[in-house]
Amino acid sequence: MAATIEVRGLTKAFGSFRAVDDVSFAAEEGTITALLGPSGSGKSTVLRMIAGLEQPDSGGVWVGGEELTDASVQERRLGFVFQHYALFKHMTVRRNVAFGLSVRGVNKATQRERVEELLELVGLAPFGDRYPDQLSGGQRQRVALARALAPRPNVLLLDEPFGALDARVRQELRGWLDHLHRELGVTSLFVTHDQDEALELANEIVVMNHGRVEQAGTADDIYNRPATPFVAAFVGSSNVLNGVVWERHVHFGHSIVAGAHAIDDGGHAVAYIRPHDVQITPVAGEFSFPVEIERRIDMGWMSKLHLRLDDGQRLVAQLPNEELDGVAAGQHLFANLRNPKVFSRDPSSEAELELAGAEVGDLPPATA
Amino acid sequence: MSVVAQSRSRSRDRLGRACLVAPALLYVLVLLVGPLAGIVYYAFKSGVGEIGTAFGQSDVRHAFYLTAVIMLITVVATSIFGVVVALVLARDRFVGKRIVSAIVDLPLAVSPVIVGLMAVLLFGRGGWFEPFFTAQGIQIMFALPSMVLVTIFIAIPFVIREVVPVLEELGMEEEQAAWTLGASKLQTFVRITLPNIRWGLLYGIALSAARSVGEVGAVLIVSGALQGQTETATLYILRAFDQYQERQAYIVALTLAAFSIVLLIGIETLKRRSARRGH
Repeated sequence: MAATIEVRGLTKAFGSFRAVDDVSFAAEEGTITALLGPSGSGKSTVLRMIAGLEQPDSGGVWVGGEELTDASVQERRLGFVFQHYALFKHMTVRRNVAFGLSVRGVNKATQRERVEELLELVGLAPFGDRYPDQLSGGQRQRVALARALAPRPNVLLLDEPFGALDARVRQELRGWLDHLHRELGVTSLFVTHDQDEALELANEIVVMNHGRVEQAGTADDIYNRPATPFVAAFVGSSNVLNGVVWERHVHFGHSIVAGAHAIDDGGHAVAYIRPHDVQITPVAGEFSFPVEIERRIDMGWMSKLHLRLDDGQRLVAQLPNEELDGVAAGQHLFANLRNPKVFSRDPSSEAELELAGAEVGDLPPATA
Repeated sequence: MSVVAQSRSRSRDRLGRACLVAPALLYVLVLLVGPLAGIVYYAFKSGVGEIGTAFGQSDVRHAFYLTAVIMLITVVATSIFGVVVALVLARDRFVGKRIVSAIVDLPLAVSPVIVGLMAVLLFGRGGWFEPFFTAQGIQIMFALPSMVLVTIFIAIPFVIREVVPVLEELGMEEEQAAWTLGASKLQTFVRITLPNIRWGLLYGIALSAARSVGEVGAVLIVSGALQGQTETATLYILRAFDQYQERQAYIVALTLAAFSIVLLIGIETLKRRSARRGH
C-alpha cells in the first residue's frame, strides 16, 4: 500500500518573497525521497503544500495519480511527522497513537489492537501510559511516527524528522527509520538540511536552493555528477579552485585540472574537488602540480592535509594514513586531482559562488 | 569566600528581602485583610440568628437570585465570545489587529459608570436601538437584558486576556497534526485546543464571574435599582447602607466576598493538583 507523490510547477510566495518557485519532481511508489537544501530554500514549504497545510499560488499535487491540490488536509490522508513532534501533551502515548483512528470512528477493539501493534513496532510498548513530557526526544519522535502511521497512510511526509535531536540519537533513529521503511514500504518524503542524512537514507534526493530544484537524482548522481555549482558545493565537502580554461583544461598558476570540455578557451572556470579526490605523490606526473604541506591533522585512520598551491589558493585533502608515510608539514610534494567538477564561472555572479564554496574542506550543516 | 562570610552575606540578603517584603505584606494586611475581618466582625456581631433573618427577607433573596442569574448568563456568554475573540486575536493576521486588541481592553480602562451611560445612549429613551426594541415590545432598559449586556461587556476582557497568551504559546502544530490525522476543525477544537487552554479559560471564567458578581456602577445606571425587581446583591448593599441597615449590608457583603474568595481558591487548588499530576 503505497503511492507515488508528484508535484508540478509548485509556486508559493509569502508577500514579495518567492519561497517556492516552479518546483516539480516525483517520488516513486515505495521509495524514500529526501528534499535537501539549506534553511530558507523552500523545502519545508513544499512538504507543507503536499500535506495541504499551505496552499500553493500555482501548480499542483498528485498522490497515487489523484489530484489533491484543492483537497483539505483531512481528505488527503497523508501521514505527517513534525520536526518538534507536535504530540498532544494532554494525552498518553497510547491515546496519541489512537487519535487518527478514533476521529475516523474506528471501533475501540480495532483501535486497541492497532495501537499495541504500532507501539511494538516502534519499540515503545512499555511506555503506552506515559505522557509525552515523560519521554526523551528520540522516544517522542517515535511516538509521532507511530501516530502518523496508525491510520495506514499511503504516503509519509517528515519535516526535519531528526532536526531537534542530538547526534547520537539522530544516527540511531536514522538506521531505525531505514529498517522501518523496508518493513512497511510506505512512500516517504523527508525534508532535511543534513546531506549525510539524505545520502544515507534516500533512494532519490531533490536538492533545493532559493525555492528552486537544483537537481534531482540518486545519491550517486548528486554526489558524483552535480548538475550545478551549488550542488557540488552543498552536497559533500568540496575544495573550490578558480582558474582560466585553456585547451579544455583549467589552469591556475602552474597547476592544471582536466575536464573543462564544454568551456571555450579563455573562459573563467571553477573546479570543485572532494578532499578524498586529492592524491599526493612525491614525484611529478602529467597532471600533477607542486604543493606545499601547510598542516597535517591526524584523525586516527586518516589525516587532513592543508595544501598550498603556487598561486596561493589552498586545498584540503583527506587521505588514509597508510598512504601518508613520512608526510609532514613543510614538505614540498605533488598533488593530483581526480574527478573535478568543473563549471564555467560568470565573474558577475561571483557573490553566489563565494557563498556556495565558502567552506573549503569541511561544510558545516546549515541550520534549519 | 569563607563559610562565615558566605553565611553573613546570605543573612544580609535575607534582611534586604525582608525589608522589601514587609511593607507589601503590611499593605495587604491593612487594606485587604483588615476590612475583610471588619466585615466578618460586623456581620456576626449580633449573632448568627441575624444572618438567618437577613436571608429571610424577600428583597435580599431576590437580590442574590438576580446576581446569580446575571453571573450565569455572563459566564456562558463571556466564555463563548471570549474564546472566539481570543482565537481570532491569537491566530489570524489582519489589518487593524492592534486596534482590535486595544479595544478588547477598553472595558478595563473605562469606568463602569461610563459603560452604563453608553448603554443608555444605545438603548435608553431616544437611543439608537430604542425604537426597534420598543416596536418589538422588548424591555431593555431598567430590566435584566441591559444589566446582562453591560456586565458581559465589562467581564469579557478577563477571559480574552487569560486565553490569548495560552493560545499563542500553544502554537498551531498540535492542531495541524490533528488535521493531518483526519480530525475536523470541530473535533480538533474540542479534543486538542480546548483541553490545552482549559486552565487559562477556567481562570478567566472565574475572574469574569467574580467581576460580574461585584459589578455596581454600570448596573446601577441601566437598572434603576428598583427594590425587589432590578436590585442585585451589590445594589442591595448600597441601599441598605444608605438606609442605615448596616448589619444587612455587611452580611450580604460578606456572602459576596466569600463567594469570590472560594471561587479563586477553588481554581488555584484545581490548577495546582493538575500541575502536580503533570497534566
